[in-house]
Amino acid sequence: MEKYNNIKKLIINKPLKLDCGVTISDYPLAYETYGNLNRSKDNAIMVFHALTGDQFASGKNPVTNKDGWWSYVIGPNKALDTNKYFVICANVIGGCMGSYGPNSIDQNSGNKIGINFPVITINDMVNAQFNLLNHFGISKLFCVTGGSMGGMQVLQFVANFPDKSKIAIPIACSASHSAQNIAFNELGRQAIMADENWKNGNYELENLSPAKGLSVARMAAHITYLSKKGLQEKFGRKLQERDKIKFGFDADFQIESYLRYQGSIFVDRFDANSYLYITRAMDYFDLSKNYNGDLSKVFKNTKTKFFIISFTSDWLYPTVENREIVIALNAINADVGFLEIKSDKGHDSFLLDVPDFINSLKNFVDNSYKKQL
Amino acid sequence: MKEEFKIIANSIQKNKSILDVGCGDGELMKFIYENISNKIRGLEISKDNVQICIQKGLTVIEGNAEMDLQQFPSNSFDYVILSQTLQAFLNPEKVINDLLRIGKTSIVTIPNFGYWKVRFNLLFKGTMPVTKTLPNEWYNTPNLHMCSIKDFVNFCNKRKIHLFKSLALTNNKVSSINKFNLNFKNLTSELGIFLLEK
Repeated sequence: MEKYNNIKKLIINKPLKLDCGVTISDYPLAYETYGNLNRSKDNAIMVFHALTGDQFASGKNPVTNKDGWWSYVIGPNKALDTNKYFVICANVIGGCMGSYGPNSIDQNSGNKIGINFPVITINDMVNAQFNLLNHFGISKLFCVTGGSMGGMQVLQFVANFPDKSKIAIPIACSASHSAQNIAFNELGRQAIMADENWKNGNYELENLSPAKGLSVARMAAHITYLSKKGLQEKFGRKLQERDKIKFGFDADFQIESYLRYQGSIFVDRFDANSYLYITRAMDYFDLSKNYNGDLSKVFKNTKTKFFIISFTSDWLYPTVENREIVIALNAINADVGFLEIKSDKGHDSFLLDVPDFINSLKNFVDNSYKKQL
Repeated sequence: MKEEFKIIANSIQKNKSILDVGCGDGELMKFIYENISNKIRGLEISKDNVQICIQKGLTVIEGNAEMDLQQFPSNSFDYVILSQTLQAFLNPEKVINDLLRIGKTSIVTIPNFGYWKVRFNLLFKGTMPVTKTLPNEWYNTPNLHMCSIKDFVNFCNKRKIHLFKSLALTNNKVSSINKFNLNFKNLTSELGIFLLEK
């Protein structure tokens, strides 16, 4: 666990009542920052990560030694320009990169909390991260943004705090998790739980890891992040280091080998129980539930300026679901822009070097900041 | 900036809210934003144009007016602008109804199919008209429902839509249209500019 020692952590003393009824306090929230907070503290951007992301949005992730998950977007002169803006990104509660989650140690037993961790929601994640504003003495953020589950957190943030961010950019997300997405998450969870090493969630006690189950969960999820066209163009029916099929169940095709690899590297950096908890939080996400299904009412008092972005080949969070947010905001005459980016890279587009996306994001952020000054 | 846009901009009062339907690359929006009112938003069908608008710092929604206008609440804007797009819709009548519902005032401009050069094309050359305001050939024109100034005035009268200002534009010269000169303006004008209310 040495590798987690140098992670920045804020211990949050203020009690947080979770949606499930449990109250937590004195819990750690791991975070990272990029750029500098200016004197007037009006240049702060809070970035929310997706399902398997973490606080290391840019630069080198000190734990995995890989580039941050949003390296294309965050950095000097990039879309979220760290010469200008102060970017804050926290690991969500329930996560496994230093924030309070299933692999935190239970102070009483000295063991990992594991499956005794309370079920959390997107709302809980956002409320926990809101404490960072206080920590940095920021009264109002300039921007909140994120893709996929990060986008859901953006929507939840504005719903909870209608005047705490000047602009909001939810990307490739939805205000209500669809049946199809719940189904895919359930598939992943069942794969983990079917692994005999899962041990009803107590694998850490026996020094085991449900790596096979978690790996299958990742493989299935990975397919949903790509598009049919993208897969076909990249892999087609190409064979893996062989001239012809071998009449067996080894990875004959490149796509099989690729998925197996994605699964295998994922288990090194992610905790299986975290995967269960975070996918559950996504499934429970239904922003308009408390407003009789009227999403407009969720944002009724918002003063935030929105820019919503979707991708043509994203079938996990398709344009039509992103548009529902636009429609709801239009209905209350909120300031909202919308663009569907053309890309064959599926849901993953928001993480990749898609120039139209990155340029639009940069233009919107920079223009909004200019107008603020 | 083209004369048409100047006339539209001059028709708008300071600091009012405006929706520009089919805002294109945002040229008119930007002018209004900088000079008349910053409460302006756009709806545009082309991704490339939306990108250009974002570059200019304008708030624009990518969308199709025929499908997406219905999501805007009634009376939510002081002005709704529709510049030279009415003829490209499958159902122009529905779009006009949406404009009147959303905006207190609608500003609609149309390329005039009654213009003499257009008539000349068809009458003497026997071909579909290609002019400055109608630059496309019959096979690639986006225009589905062409109308003349007179058609549009009749359309409004029949539906009791209050046309409180009607202007004609030819060679950058503006003139008023009234019921006495309607036939003449219908023959001599390239473009009609109308301010409508319910």
